Amino acid sequence: MELKRINDNTWEIPKHGEMKVPALIYASRKLLDAIRGDLTLEQAKNVACLPGIQRMSYVMPDAHQGYGFPIGGVAAFDLEEGIISPGGVGYDINCGVRLLRTDYIEKDVTARRKELLAEIFKEVPAGVGKGGVTKLSQSVLKEILVKGAGWAVENGYGTSNDLQMTEEQGRMKDADGTYVSHRALERGIPQLGTLGAGNHFLEIQKVDRIYDDDVAKVFGIDAEGQILVMIHCGSRGLGHQVASDYIQSMENAFGIKGLPDRELIHAPIKSSQGQQYYRSMSAAVNYAFANRQMIAHWVRDVFKKVLGSSQGMRQVYDVCHNVAKIEKHTVEGREKDLCIHRKGATRSFGPGRIEIPEAYRAVGQPVIIPGSMGTASYILLGTPEAEGLSFSSTAHGAGRLMSRHEAIRRFRGEQIRDDLAKKGIELQSTSWKGIAEEAPAAYKDVDEVVRVSHEVGIGRLVARVVPVGVMKG
Amino acid sequence: MQKYRILPHTADAKFQAFGASLEEAFANAALATASLMWDWGEAKNTHSFPVSVQGIDLEQLLYRFLEEILFLLNTKKFLLGSIKDLKIEKIDGVYRLEAVFWGDEFQDHYEVFGDVKAITYNEMKIEQCGDRWTIQVVVDM
Repeated sequence: MELKRINDNTWEIPKHGEMKVPALIYASRKLLDAIRGDLTLEQAKNVACLPGIQRMSYVMPDAHQGYGFPIGGVAAFDLEEGIISPGGVGYDINCGVRLLRTDYIEKDVTARRKELLAEIFKEVPAGVGKGGVTKLSQSVLKEILVKGAGWAVENGYGTSNDLQMTEEQGRMKDADGTYVSHRALERGIPQLGTLGAGNHFLEIQKVDRIYDDDVAKVFGIDAEGQILVMIHCGSRGLGHQVASDYIQSMENAFGIKGLPDRELIHAPIKSSQGQQYYRSMSAAVNYAFANRQMIAHWVRDVFKKVLGSSQGMRQVYDVCHNVAKIEKHTVEGREKDLCIHRKGATRSFGPGRIEIPEAYRAVGQPVIIPGSMGTASYILLGTPEAEGLSFSSTAHGAGRLMSRHEAIRRFRGEQIRDDLAKKGIELQSTSWKGIAEEAPAAYKDVDEVVRVSHEVGIGRLVARVVPVGVMKG
Repeated sequence: MQKYRILPHTADAKFQAFGASLEEAFANAALATASLMWDWGEAKNTHSFPVSVQGIDLEQLLYRFLEEILFLLNTKKFLLGSIKDLKIEKIDGVYRLEAVFWGDEFQDHYEVFGDVKAITYNEMKIEQCGDRWTIQVVVDM
């Protein structure tokens, strides 16, 4: 595909054919080469053809091929003429990341990290076969879908401060469980409070490098060597089923003729199909917030049990990277409400936005970018420029480089454990083969992704963190 | 005849399943899906679940059929081992599939190593060439 170079990190697919707007890609030449290796650009172009799309179809630095929309795609739609699409959110609705700070430093946990990890592994159910620890009724589940993380806090998991430090305060207010199918509820009941498997992980980390001392301090990140905890997971089978249900109900309602890709299926936002999907998706978002809230609570319990105290284990923030939301943005000089789809992209609000916690409003929101299992992760800062550059969005992670099949052929889980152990990283998992699939070498270089985010100005570097203990499902 | 083969796919997983009939290809697609999560040959046939799905076309039928594996895994901890009595019919323009899944409930001696999040339509193909059916599916992992 023909690309116009705007600068070293910005490339444009000019408007042509059926495109209603151009597509804009934020990537270095190296990342662009990876992006060109699959159908990402074709998919970004398809998104640019959808009704009511505003300004540009954006592609983040860590983008790769998805279903319908690319992973790492950001698109905003007018609320009158625009659409909403399950393919623009993804199957794992509110897959996201939660970060806790601690008052501990590396030497406090070095000798105890094996024990810490073993205890976390006992407390937090993970892996495919494991169910949650909580027996839920359908009526309680429906309450969770409406209240989100607030339900968990009401039931003794964590504090109200955690809610303040969560995107949407841990609850999308438009959520409605009425439109969530019985099948999705059935899948959700046994899985609340579980980490899952695949690329999801829980890490005990240490701060490796601070790029911006003042902002880091505001976020509660005080010094190199400080211990943090990162939780990366989503809405489990409930969210997957909501996506799947609405892809099919939209197909049955609107047909698939003329779609370049079946998973670009969409409904007008104002239509009853569109509204039902939006409200059900919001319910799945709330389920995921409650899920991470419970897991964070158990992690604090373990720290208290093993190290004697969980004081100071304040939540830095919790971000979603697979979601559609109504937000105010400026288009052609006019502020208006838009439906922003972020699929494998993180919101990156700068200072002053009313949606972010008061404590961060002077600087901007924390953006949490998880690396792959066992590699570095980053904390970035949302910027004012991101509004004009990407509807306040940036990258969400590393992105795969090698297929799972190939990774299993090349690597052995036990070998990866030994290699990580040599670097001082402890590892626990339910499956060695699962570890091989998620081998660090099977992922793109997250350092390059965040460098581009920083240089473009859609999310600025605050701190780099590295794992000392990894738990994988 | 080879039941299925796994193809390279960077982010997720892709397979082709084969059969001398549409039904056989569907059954092999189910085994291919299971093979991404556990060794279906190891799953003892101690439990069974009847499966009944319909679709506006063969693609939707296949999607819903394969999704049953994920649904039963999540809700019953069921590990598929084999598929029996699979029938596909087209009645009044709607495709209907009936089958029985046999397998075992998850226990600690089984290793579940992969997590298929969802079936997708991405690059999905259902093709007949002479007396050989080929199904291609990409699943979200």
